[in-house]
Amino acid sequence: MSDSKTSKKKETFGSTLIFVFIICLVCAALVSISAVSLKPLQQANKLLDKQTKILEASGLLKSAGVSLDSESIVVTYNKFVVAKMIDLDSGAIIEGDVNAFDERAESRNLANSIKPKNDMAGINRRANSAVIYLVNNEQGQLDTIVLPIVGSGLWDLMHGFVGMNADLNTVKSVVYSADFKETPGLGAEVLNPRWKALWPGKKIFNNAGEVKIQLVKGGAKQDDVHGVDALSGATLTSNGVTRTLHFWFGDEGYGPFITKFRATAGGLK
Amino acid sequence: MSSDTKKALFGPVIDNNPIALQVLGVCSALAVTSSMANAMVMTIAVMLVTAFSNLFISLIRNQIPSSVRIIVQMAIIASLVIVVDQVLKAFSYALSQELSVFIGLIITNCIVMGRAEAFAMKEKPGISFIDGIGNGLGYGAVLLVVAFFRELFAFGEVFGFEVFKLVQNGGWYQGNGLLVLPFSSFFIIGLIIWAIRQYKPEQVEKD
Repeated sequence: MSDSKTSKKKETFGSTLIFVFIICLVCAALVSISAVSLKPLQQANKLLDKQTKILEASGLLKSAGVSLDSESIVVTYNKFVVAKMIDLDSGAIIEGDVNAFDERAESRNLANSIKPKNDMAGINRRANSAVIYLVNNEQGQLDTIVLPIVGSGLWDLMHGFVGMNADLNTVKSVVYSADFKETPGLGAEVLNPRWKALWPGKKIFNNAGEVKIQLVKGGAKQDDVHGVDALSGATLTSNGVTRTLHFWFGDEGYGPFITKFRATAGGLK
Repeated sequence: MSSDTKKALFGPVIDNNPIALQVLGVCSALAVTSSMANAMVMTIAVMLVTAFSNLFISLIRNQIPSSVRIIVQMAIIASLVIVVDQVLKAFSYALSQELSVFIGLIITNCIVMGRAEAFAMKEKPGISFIDGIGNGLGYGAVLLVVAFFRELFAFGEVFGFEVFKLVQNGGWYQGNGLLVLPFSSFFIIGLIIWAIRQYKPEQVEKD
């Protein structure tokens, strides 16, 4: 077969159009089939990742010093964690499908989100509701409350969870998701276990109820219950973390919920 | 293995390296080489995309109207990249979180397009597929060397295993801040090109 002759013959407008159309169909089919058939696996991965982060934030991820495998993560999560939807403005627990809730989609939906008056965290819009996680201990008592947070780092938004003791003042952990764009070795050190280990026991509020938690450049003083060492070489990421916490524990974040929760659950310290 | 196959498979590693000789695909070589694991996954992804895009384009090379051939190649490459991204999300979620942006950018990796246009449009499907694998190997060889030096000297690790204990983890090694940043790969790639051309002087361009 002589290529040059056949290629000349098929170069009509109609045949080109048909060829392109067929290619598009085949490619579209290929993409759709892979997207649809792999979706269950992808969603399972996403859920598992979230559950892992929540367990890590509540300190349940390791039993006897060993990280749980994916199966026991699901078991542990279902045993101890209860997800609740709250209305951020009123702080009340509301009905809602906690599994379907997607903060990222919700905060882009103009009907279900507001523009914060004081957007310290640089999030642009905040969803009206949030899903929080109540984590019980073996005796079935409330042990940890895991609050999702989001705020700008240096390059982009950083999503994470704060694990709080039941007094809603003492921090248990700060766990960020790895899907941020922070610089490896500098801002990305928020994932460093040694930095995370600085958080337990720190207090968000002072006695007057003001948000005082902050990252301190050059290192926090030993007895500073509101200060955590900033990340070296990552001032903007550190500021981002501080501002994110100030926003989310302020009046436009979990403030109303914390007030209400303390008033109603008086039995808890 | 015939000599043609061998040439298509191993030629691109040193003799005709896509990064070192043709200077293609440098952008992604800068971006994903901060750790060897990332570089490895990126290599496999590029290898698969190049091999299969070469295969499919070669299969229909006599049917592709030359007036729209580039856009047809792009459509095939882009579809393959999406499939790779989906597979990664399904089977290696943690890596896909880190690499997702760069996987999408394989579409614009000149190596894939370059091989489709320069090789697959002329050659038979079998050898085109092997050529794709070979160029993936050549790309990967450079990526892994760069990633080895960057990860070792920036983070004191190789494939995530601690070699030098970093100061911030209570050790003695102060990580090299320059190598953390993507552009430091330029220096390493430059040194690799120099080393290859010392070994193969015929690659040096004449003035």
